[in-house]
Amino acid sequence: MSFAEYLLRRLVLSGFVVFGVAFLIFLVSQVVPSDPASLYAGPRPTADQIEAARATLRLNDPIIVRFATFVSDMATGDFGISYRTRRAISQDLQVFLPATLELAFLSTLMALLIGVPLGVLAAARQGRAADRVLSFSSVAAVAMPTFFLAMILQAVFAQWLNVLPLSGRLSQQFALFDSFEQVTGFYTIDALLAGNIAGFFDAARHLILPALTLAAYPAGVAMRLTRSAMIDILSRRHITAARALGLSERKVLFGHALPNAMAPALTIVGLSFAFALTGAVLVEIIFAWPGLGRYIFEAVLSKDFPVIAATAFVVSLCYVLMNLAIDLIQALIDPRITVS
Amino acid sequence: MRTLLARLGWPGTISLLFIALMCLGALFAAGLSPYPDQGAGTPNIMNKLTGPDLQYWFGTDHLGRDLLSRVLHGGQVSITTGLTVVIAALLIGTPIGIIAGYSGGWVDETLMRITDIFLAFPALLLAVLMAAALGAGMLNCILAVAVTWWPWYARLARAEVLVLRNQPYVETARLMGVSPPRILFRHILPATFKPLGVQAALDFGPALLTASALSFLGLGVRPPTADWGQIVNDGRIYFPERWWVVVAPGMAIFLMALAFSVLGDAIRNANREKDDSND
Repeated sequence: MSFAEYLLRRLVLSGFVVFGVAFLIFLVSQVVPSDPASLYAGPRPTADQIEAARATLRLNDPIIVRFATFVSDMATGDFGISYRTRRAISQDLQVFLPATLELAFLSTLMALLIGVPLGVLAAARQGRAADRVLSFSSVAAVAMPTFFLAMILQAVFAQWLNVLPLSGRLSQQFALFDSFEQVTGFYTIDALLAGNIAGFFDAARHLILPALTLAAYPAGVAMRLTRSAMIDILSRRHITAARALGLSERKVLFGHALPNAMAPALTIVGLSFAFALTGAVLVEIIFAWPGLGRYIFEAVLSKDFPVIAATAFVVSLCYVLMNLAIDLIQALIDPRITVS
Repeated sequence: MRTLLARLGWPGTISLLFIALMCLGALFAAGLSPYPDQGAGTPNIMNKLTGPDLQYWFGTDHLGRDLLSRVLHGGQVSITTGLTVVIAALLIGTPIGIIAGYSGGWVDETLMRITDIFLAFPALLLAVLMAAALGAGMLNCILAVAVTWWPWYARLARAEVLVLRNQPYVETARLMGVSPPRILFRHILPATFKPLGVQAALDFGPALLTASALSFLGLGVRPPTADWGQIVNDGRIYFPERWWVVVAPGMAIFLMALAFSVLGDAIRNANREKDDSND
């Protein structure tokens, strides 16, 4: 199979999966016990109001027609309005999606920057005390409940040490006076674009704790995968040769072993990104982060199903696109993948 | 018994003991709790939010209930949920994976593409979606998490079957005219038990974490029954000033997930060593 064929196959499969996701979300939204029309009609609706709502929401259409409408709405990005706030969902998503993505990208970066070097260190000290401590920490990081870790970090760094902000995306002095224009929705980038250095550091400080919380689990996995890949590579002959040639241990580890042990790195990026998207629900609630996680959670509480469906669809879409990108990059790096 | 513990090593042994203790504690919560009625949910408002002391080892919650009793009772729900999720996912995923792997062709393609759709949802998101549609409650919570879990077992079982169906003993059975269902159930299914079992042991921790996250979001059991995630959620607004309300249930989830993960690794390593020595 050539790369072009592989690309085509992956694109078709991804399209199919996205369609399936829409179908599944539609299916789930059909089993909701509460009546969408009475939710839409507002508090204490009359029978007429409910009937009017049924007509507006086109609930009387046959199920096939409604599914077709749902799919075409999702495809065109017309997600309808929220039952609760009556705002257009696509507008809300424009605000909340970048907030979650900013967190997800940073936590992925953190997971790699923490997990990979520590994995190298553990492999270099294999079987010794440092390796044992690091290996145990990686297991512990994976077993830690995200919400519990979030609360502990909040208590330690925000409340006791008081070195980082407790919650939110910006301090009041920046948030209240719109001190920089929102172009990308990524506050750190927007502040830099506006040349607002103080605003950049404020946004960055707010990012640290939630991103660190989300990075713990993937960092643990990254450490484990890097360690075992490194141990495997360190036993190969070219490493022995490099050592025999008298190269320094650092050069052997980082110059010769690590590049060959980077195969799991892309896997880690995918896993970390996925974890950040789901962990967002927990972390955004605890850190009052105005992103997709909090948006969907509030929608769940008020049974605001258009919002739930739209958010679930957008998050899954991000996830599918990310996986597609990772598969394609992997196929470019390692042509053997396109063969199987 | 001694050789079993020796093969597990001391981290595995400690984990096994800890898990056994927690299960016993949950099983006999009514007898072991210092305040069984508070454990089951009866308020004791006079003593609300008292710190850990000799009377209340882990302190009391916002309704004055002894947290040790609450955590012991909560263990019943949390441990049951974690186990049921893994078992339910095994029961759904394994047959699908085996059928897909053994049939091949369009059956395989169809089943695996359906599996892909479920895997296209980040796990907790699909669970939240399901729980939102089904409503809160322990059974719905189990169902919501199991729905996100089965695809992994389907994939694993399929991968095992792809290897097994070309094994000489299976070929022989086929040539002898054994019917496909009989080959599947008598010759292939039993051989998948070990790899799937190890995976299931390793998955208890993550399943517990996901279920706890759901009940932390208020999508798990309904009060006054509480599992560990729900107890953390109850105490969240009093944290960190009254840190103990969150520490006891949070540590219970963490240690239980940790113990299962260490034990799972120990079992896997023990198996690997045994396989190596057989070669």
